[in-house]
Amino acid sequence: MDVTGLSLTTITLFLPMLGLAILLFMNGETQRENLKWVAFATSLVTFVASVLMWINFDPATAELQMVQRNTWAEVSLGDSAINISYFVGVDGISMLLVLLTTFIMPIAILGSFGSHIFAERGREKLYYIFLMLLEWAMIGVFVVHDLIIFYVFWEVTLVPMYFLIGIWGSEERIYAAVKFFLYTMAGSILMLIAILYVGNTTGTFSTYSAGGDVGVIEMVQSHEGAGTYWDAPEAEAEGEPGFLFSSVESFLFLGFLVAFAIKVPIFPFHSWLPDAHVQAPTAGSVILAGVLLKMGTYGIVRFNLNLFPEATVAWAPTIAFLGVVGIIYGAWVSYAQNNVKKLVAYSSVSHLGFVVLGIFALNAQGLQGATLQMVNHGISTGGLFLIVGMLYERWHTKEMADYGGIWKVMPVFGGISLVISLSSMGLPGLNGFIGEFTILLGSLGSDFLGFAFTLFGTLGVILAAVYLLKMFQHVFMGELKKPLKDEAGYKLRWNEIAAFIPILIMIFWMGIQPIVFFNMLDISVDSIAALFVR
Amino acid sequence: MFESPTIAEFVTQSNLASTLPGTLLVAWTLLLVLVDLFAGDEREHWTPLMACLGLGVSFVANLFVYASAAGQQTALYGMFIADAFTGFLNIVILVATLLAVLMSRDYLKRAGIHRGEYYILTLLSSAGAMFMVAANDLIVVFVALELLSIPLYILAAFRSIKNDGSELALKSEESGMKYFILGAFSSAFLVFGAALVYGATGTTNIPQILEIAPAVVDAASSATFYLVVGAALLIVGLGFKVAVVPFHMWTPDVYEGAPTPVTALMSVTAKIGGFAALLRILVTALSVLVLVDGGAAAWQTTISIIAALTLVLGNFVAISQRNLKRMLAYSSIAHAGYIMVALAAAGTAGTADSATQGALVYILAYMFTNLGAFAVVMTIERVDGGGGNIDDITGLARSRPLLAMAMTIFMLSLTGIPLTAGFVGKFMVFAAAVQAGLVGLAVIGVLTSVVSAFYYMRVVVNMYLRESSGELVPALETIYVRWAINIALAGTLIFGIFYPLASNLVSMVSIT
Repeated sequence: MDVTGLSLTTITLFLPMLGLAILLFMNGETQRENLKWVAFATSLVTFVASVLMWINFDPATAELQMVQRNTWAEVSLGDSAINISYFVGVDGISMLLVLLTTFIMPIAILGSFGSHIFAERGREKLYYIFLMLLEWAMIGVFVVHDLIIFYVFWEVTLVPMYFLIGIWGSEERIYAAVKFFLYTMAGSILMLIAILYVGNTTGTFSTYSAGGDVGVIEMVQSHEGAGTYWDAPEAEAEGEPGFLFSSVESFLFLGFLVAFAIKVPIFPFHSWLPDAHVQAPTAGSVILAGVLLKMGTYGIVRFNLNLFPEATVAWAPTIAFLGVVGIIYGAWVSYAQNNVKKLVAYSSVSHLGFVVLGIFALNAQGLQGATLQMVNHGISTGGLFLIVGMLYERWHTKEMADYGGIWKVMPVFGGISLVISLSSMGLPGLNGFIGEFTILLGSLGSDFLGFAFTLFGTLGVILAAVYLLKMFQHVFMGELKKPLKDEAGYKLRWNEIAAFIPILIMIFWMGIQPIVFFNMLDISVDSIAALFVR
Repeated sequence: MFESPTIAEFVTQSNLASTLPGTLLVAWTLLLVLVDLFAGDEREHWTPLMACLGLGVSFVANLFVYASAAGQQTALYGMFIADAFTGFLNIVILVATLLAVLMSRDYLKRAGIHRGEYYILTLLSSAGAMFMVAANDLIVVFVALELLSIPLYILAAFRSIKNDGSELALKSEESGMKYFILGAFSSAFLVFGAALVYGATGTTNIPQILEIAPAVVDAASSATFYLVVGAALLIVGLGFKVAVVPFHMWTPDVYEGAPTPVTALMSVTAKIGGFAALLRILVTALSVLVLVDGGAAAWQTTISIIAALTLVLGNFVAISQRNLKRMLAYSSIAHAGYIMVALAAAGTAGTADSATQGALVYILAYMFTNLGAFAVVMTIERVDGGGGNIDDITGLARSRPLLAMAMTIFMLSLTGIPLTAGFVGKFMVFAAAVQAGLVGLAVIGVLTSVVSAFYYMRVVVNMYLRESSGELVPALETIYVRWAINIALAGTLIFGIFYPLASNLVSMVSIT
């Protein structure tokens, strides 16, 4: 049965498309000045819509909210037909990530106002069209609960990002864009087979139950009385089947996981990331780090944990181990970089390692910390990429050796950069600390991970301080190595300040009053963690 | 004793009305000969126009026949079948031919090879394809195949009518000759296969084979052997037509040498004809060729292996092609591989219908996308035949933004990215394969489509990401060509975005 009626989720989802439509009908030459304003206004309205969603959001229930479900098409499979439905709605996790997306987007657009890339490469109209398409697809990934439509949104994010890197990127942009496209497509395409298999086995593509139709997650969890992971083996010993996909669960789990692991990226699937991040234009890097990587970790939480609990438990130590390797490796390689942008890029590998560790702790703290860390990382690393982008706009170099003493000539900028760097390294009182601390707490209390995981994870926090302080020291302290010819360049432009203000607000707000965000997540995360309670 | 019926009896008994879409097109072709004869200097204007009109008439007739026909009906004493399968593929063939005619007009004019026969042969070939999708008898399959192929042999060599010794004319001649010899060769396999099936079952009628075959299989005599060998030879014969590995060798040379609109046409209609016949013969007649109790049809393994080989070879070899037409030739081999996956899935009882539907949607998507891609390639070719290399489209996004955008969408659709028709086709094919238990084959399918992303994306890279170094390409962007591209683009996007549209169109199709 369908749950019809226009929901706020749908409105939020399709607002960027409205902006895209307006942009399409504008003239790229004569109305060139107005393009960015249309894009910015659209992203702002989308943000307001998502805040309205937040106001309407009831954190006291694990159910999906603001749901809309319309049957979209039928796939005939032999005697039966499986519905593909347009099924949107949010729980705490989705809500938070939708907010992150709509929050990052106006900042990324502001950050690209008056950028040199338009003087060099032009095609401003196309640029904003791709940004709108990207926002639409990213929100889609976080709110849809039909596996096929999820896959559609997931793949669609590839196309605009490919062009953003490929057209407006730096020197090695073609290599980076193609690598990004092929790498992520190779990962996600196996997910399609896994999705088809799940649909074929269960007779539905809806993950959650709605309007009286049972979704896959409920089927998995209520299957033959297998309530949590710990009941399942007993049920199997009694001759009853355990979880739904018993014999092939591991294959399905990996089918989904590879797609997500490449996106996150979990070590050793990270090699596309430094290329893509470094070559992408500033807005591209901000969105890539801010939102796109989170699609991977979100996917793991939403699909791998919910649909394949048994395989999740079996694989948890392995993947958490890869997460920890990522933490250390990312930090290590990051420290070795002379290229500022590459340093920040590798720091993402390290930070996302924490998120993976938190997820596979498989308890409420770990999951909460992981989800919060996704948002934190989006804000801090998004901020760091903005900083790098602004430096590049002025000095046209990414080599750390060329910088130095920036703080002296740009005091406000230096101060802001310090706060964002500190937030990224997890200073107590700022947002980064909350996420990392909760993750480590979760991994310590995990039934599935040993003490060593926490130990090496904590090492990562220290290493983060090392490479970020190294960057800050080389770039901002010391003597000014390359003074700008035009002193006016030292002044921050209004759009740059406007981009930093919301980031700073969030850094302090989430650091000082994290309870607001924890409340949003609590029930939703508990319902997932309950699967793994001993 | 057999009494010859009166004409009125013949018309009613043979149910000629249901063959109208095809027969009208043939009749129109004859009319076109006269038009071309008397049109005089205006012929290069009138003949293509009349050809389009003929396609329209056939289209309307097709709608009437299949809107009124409840279920399926046979005609010509059981040799011809008019069901949803036929009706759907007729539409695809007619649209494909329309696009090819739109592309041809200015191309022929520019190449200086304009002749009225061109359109007559094009329509005749399409009529052959329409009879082939309606064939209910191995004899009709053969006759329709020849009607489909012989005009294509001539069309492939069409440039050689102005044989000035240029490389283009020679290549075109080589293309026609190669196609003809190998086509004739493959027809022999087809006929021999049909003969063996006739020997085993005593009939060439497809529904009758379905009835008789189980007894033949159960008897496990030499007749069973003939049936299996006959089926294998039929697969070989038709495999040539649809260009699957290892019967694909002719494809790149023929596709490269033939005039581009002809290449576009034959990459679609010849494949449709071949696959329709394969589906009818294997899924309808020989679905009972089950040698292991409770197993899938005996030909499933063979088809699966062919599909896997085709996917791997087609996609990998396409990577090394520099010439766009050759690249599209190899990519069309690869796409035949995806349709083969659906065919293999149809071998599992219970999956036959959804697999057939998947194949049809794939064909629809492939038709729009591939014709569109060929239209773009044709547009940027130079008169001397140059300009069709991958480097020649560098910077196209600057010089011809709309053309580049269209080409990008065609490339994304051929890759199978969501929101394009190509994804819908791939999705339905893989869904059927997974349901049939051919997960391994589906995995090969998706992995090779990642490989295909590499060479399709290279086209996009050159158009958008590299700046043009040379002069502006003299594009053949006339109104007719633009319409061909627009229609192809609309089809690719509409069927891609509105998924239910395609699946509803084929939901009535059942050939079991």
